[in-house]
Amino acid sequence: MDVLTPRSLDEALRLRAAHPDALPIQGGTDLMVDLNFDRRRPEALLNLNEVAELKGWSRENGVVRLGAGLTYTDAMSAKLAALLPAFSEASRTVGSPQIRNRGTIGGNLGTASPAGDALPPLLISECEVELQSVRGERRLALESFLIGPKRNALAPDELILAVRVRGGLGTQTFMKVGPRNAMVIAVVSLALGVDRERGVLSAAFGSAAPVATLVTAALDDVDSFPEQVAAAASPIDDVRGTGAYRRHALRVLVARALERCLTR
Amino acid sequence: MSRVMPGTEARLGWIGESVRRVDGIPKTTGEFEYASDLQVAGMLWGHTLRSPYAHARVRAIDLSGALSVAGVHAVLTHSDVPGRKTYGLEFQDQPVLAIDRVRYFGEPVAIVAAEHPEQARRAAERIVVDYEPLVPIVDPERATESEPLHPDPESHVSDHYLRDPRPNVLRTMRIIHGDPDARGDVVVEGTYELGSQDQAFLGPESGLAVPDGKGGVDVYVATQWLHVDREQVAPCLGLPEEQVRIHLAGVGGAFGGREDLSIQIHAALLALHTSRPVKMVYNRQESFSGHVHRHPARIRAEHRATRDGRLVCVQMRILLDGGAYASSSTAVTANATSFACGPYAVPNALIETMSVFTNNPPCGAMRGFGAVQTCFAAEAQMDKLAQALEIDPVELRLLNALGTGDTLPTGQRITSSLPVAEVIRRCAALREPDPEELPRAAIRLPGGAGNTTRGEGVKRGVGFAVGFKNIAYSEGFDDSCAARVRLHEDGSAEVHCAAAEVGQGVTNVILQVARTELATDDVRIAPVTTAAVGSSGSASASRMTWMASGAVRDACRAALVEREARGGGEVDVERVYRHRRTAPLDPETGQVGELPAHVAFACAAMKVIAEVDVELGLTRVVWIGTAQDVGKAVNPQAVEGQIEGGTAQGLGLALMEEIQTRDGLITNASFTDYLIPTALDVPPIVSELVEHPEPDAPYGVKGVGEPPTVVSTAAIVAALRDATGRELARVPVRPDDIVGLQ
Amino acid sequence: MKIELIVNGEQCEADVWEGESLLYALRERLGLYGSKNACEQGECGSCSVLLDGSLVCACLVLAAQAEGHEVVTVEGLADANGLHPVQEAFVETGAVQCGFCTPGLVVATTELLRQNPDPSDDEIREALSGNLCRCTGYTKIFDAVRLAAQRA
Repeated sequence: MDVLTPRSLDEALRLRAAHPDALPIQGGTDLMVDLNFDRRRPEALLNLNEVAELKGWSRENGVVRLGAGLTYTDAMSAKLAALLPAFSEASRTVGSPQIRNRGTIGGNLGTASPAGDALPPLLISECEVELQSVRGERRLALESFLIGPKRNALAPDELILAVRVRGGLGTQTFMKVGPRNAMVIAVVSLALGVDRERGVLSAAFGSAAPVATLVTAALDDVDSFPEQVAAAASPIDDVRGTGAYRRHALRVLVARALERCLTR
Repeated sequence: MSRVMPGTEARLGWIGESVRRVDGIPKTTGEFEYASDLQVAGMLWGHTLRSPYAHARVRAIDLSGALSVAGVHAVLTHSDVPGRKTYGLEFQDQPVLAIDRVRYFGEPVAIVAAEHPEQARRAAERIVVDYEPLVPIVDPERATESEPLHPDPESHVSDHYLRDPRPNVLRTMRIIHGDPDARGDVVVEGTYELGSQDQAFLGPESGLAVPDGKGGVDVYVATQWLHVDREQVAPCLGLPEEQVRIHLAGVGGAFGGREDLSIQIHAALLALHTSRPVKMVYNRQESFSGHVHRHPARIRAEHRATRDGRLVCVQMRILLDGGAYASSSTAVTANATSFACGPYAVPNALIETMSVFTNNPPCGAMRGFGAVQTCFAAEAQMDKLAQALEIDPVELRLLNALGTGDTLPTGQRITSSLPVAEVIRRCAALREPDPEELPRAAIRLPGGAGNTTRGEGVKRGVGFAVGFKNIAYSEGFDDSCAARVRLHEDGSAEVHCAAAEVGQGVTNVILQVARTELATDDVRIAPVTTAAVGSSGSASASRMTWMASGAVRDACRAALVEREARGGGEVDVERVYRHRRTAPLDPETGQVGELPAHVAFACAAMKVIAEVDVELGLTRVVWIGTAQDVGKAVNPQAVEGQIEGGTAQGLGLALMEEIQTRDGLITNASFTDYLIPTALDVPPIVSELVEHPEPDAPYGVKGVGEPPTVVSTAAIVAALRDATGRELARVPVRPDDIVGLQ
Repeated sequence: MKIELIVNGEQCEADVWEGESLLYALRERLGLYGSKNACEQGECGSCSVLLDGSLVCACLVLAAQAEGHEVVTVEGLADANGLHPVQEAFVETGAVQCGFCTPGLVVATTELLRQNPDPSDDEIREALSGNLCRCTGYTKIFDAVRLAAQRA
């Protein structure tokens, strides 16, 4: 096994092109578990910690650009919470302070788990993923980037640079159900936004379909929205919960989230 | 501010004082050496290859690939075990390494020693085992209709057990008390189920074996009972006991999970084979296969009472899944049976218990040891009865409370202290916090950090439960503890006792007793090893404080007498303490003869306030108050610590903890999917120590570790029932059960 | 591979296997066994250390990622004058039983009190929710945090 540690984005892209088998590692909160438990032995690891271009966030014309190296702790900052409330609330539900200090949004996208906590709030914020390789840059809607459970559209020579989301899209909230009161992987999660200006309801859920899934409806559909969202889910039974419960909980969460957003 | 230098001992107190732990400072600085921290020059790393099947025949094992991996020094199988091929606490039924069959998922098949753990892992991966998968027995209800997992019918028989010729019966037990057909005015019934709980001690199984160069071996290990380890290890190594020395290494929690062997024989085999020290450390996943668990149980109960609330008769059928090997299942069976009725005066009873072999993960000792399971069922029944009779649940319990002078369903008269009514009263009198206003921050509500409610769907419930269990070993077991005291000429003293410090604080107890008896602060405790002192018995069954106190007291007093007789000088005295004798129950009737079956009991009552999000099925325990019968608190702060920690473990079983299996394979062997309570799950716990000296025990002490775990699962689920109106007959309670999905 | 890093204020060099965690390197390469190996999946917090001042689980950091960075472990908290006030409070309140979670909790508490010198009970619980303790039921751990905060 090799560890490649680029010091700039250019170097990272060149190394990525030259070593397509090298697994990118940022916060390590998913990948290190696989290494520690002997589940993965990649040829090489591409350590992105030293690439300054991936860090931080910026804002331009209502679009917020979140670097792939943005941690959940960063995302909980008051400034980001004001722009992207659901994303910020979701970040607070991720693991523990230790995990939030290391885990990154790029890692959540790279792992593409159906339970990824950042994915539902990004989905309701018109999210585009910025991908780059030595061949150039492309942008994909997050819905197109997530192609299956733990599968994404990243090409072998590409890196996730950032995501672009629209800030200030009405009122939003995030909720996550787990069997204990902290430190859980979502049994089911929900991000919901009410955009009165454009008359749109958006909900995105995690852990209730092969990928995090977005459902939108007109503002008038408030009453039927919980049912619509639950119907869009295709949850399974696993060690964390039953499919029937996930669908039930989703219905309850949507109704509560609507109430929360509409009365705010 | 007072400053304490690292490595210096804070002043220790005498009996009855809250004193700082003697190992407190090194544990906060990181200097304390746990079993997994051991290292020595030239050390190799051991690794275990485990069965991926719950049940399979082993046709052949090919080691050639593994032996050729760089850095590998040994690859061993059952054929390399020089002595006895099997071991076990009660019956020697468990192969050191699988011989021709594996009976549970994760059973050890081969072991490797290499320079680096990664080399050991790669080598283990290259061992080729030819398995013929067999159909696993996974339903305990069907076990007695299946092929026997242990073909020799005499392999698990004991004189004082009821003979049961059916296959896969580990032990059957029956208590017939009074007239089991006695009828009451009111009858309540229920069927209850408990999942299997893991001890989930934080320090995984680990140890270091060092060959002594003369054919013997020193094993440094995190364990609960050094001498019984040696008793099992030596014959398998083909060595006399003197050539096997077991030393206690720092223990990261135990809770019953270190009663059975883990790395001991394996590391010793590898060390003797390679003539190098060998260290073994399980990772968390492996730890789930590395020790036994709490028995899952199915319990059918029927309680009959008079209209004014007096219990007339209890009938209970208890089925315990022992998993693949016996471990301590027979004693767990006895406890479940003995305490089935709860701490109540019951004139008539029929209790029938069976534990069976299956291909599920092996079960054995865990804190509460059989009493947890029956307390859950019995207390749910008491609440049902209270409801049917329209009597306050606390009043109903008081009305039937057992006490000194009463008789247990086994016919044993309680001659020792058992203040059941007092713990009930004192617990009931604890003032619970007033309901907090809604809406409020999500973090203070069911669902916690998940931000799922600000008050929507939330209902509050109150639960109450009482439980009891035996202290120390029962059924005629020769229960003893040795201690050795050396008085030096300078007036200082050294105490040897093999009692395992597993975190419970027995080291402090030993020091407090010695300081009190010798009337000096200048006492040190010697390293804990089989080489220097006799057996202490196990740090389990809530017995260690009692037994170690007795042994250290006797040794101290004898040492003082001897010094007096000799007129001074060095004195070195060893004494063995035994509690009052017990005897087995009659195998046919479950009744005592002349001697009691249990030496003493301890009880606890608990009140729980819980909030439940009845729409999402999520919970938050808000507050717990408890009163516990502790005899005499040697170190009150440590007693509170035992109560709080034991309560939290019962909370885990009530709300979240279960080892899940599919076809006998564990599907949640990680801390990601086997969840234990976090800082946001355990509420403030208020504890009242009820001190009535136990007449037969040194200083009047009782054990305190288990009663809180016995009672808290029952009390917490009672609060959830109160909040939801649902029966909730299975733990851990799932969100599905609360919202009514099935 | 060789890595260089600063641990508890001292420049260190370690020869590590590429797939190794910072936790393994601290323990087995640098002999700092204070950070504990309870779960190795970031669920228990027993291996909590400060990496460039940020609280992390050492088991989830690749040793190679620590190259050129600064790590503070539990061994780095006490100074020549004696125990850190947080360590002292843990001993005094009875917050230690088996102690396997203690080093991680001490590091996490130190960081909590640096960020928030007077935390509420809810803040303490949330901040320590990534540090599992199996022995104490947390009650006396919260006492320790409050005591340390009070004295600071």
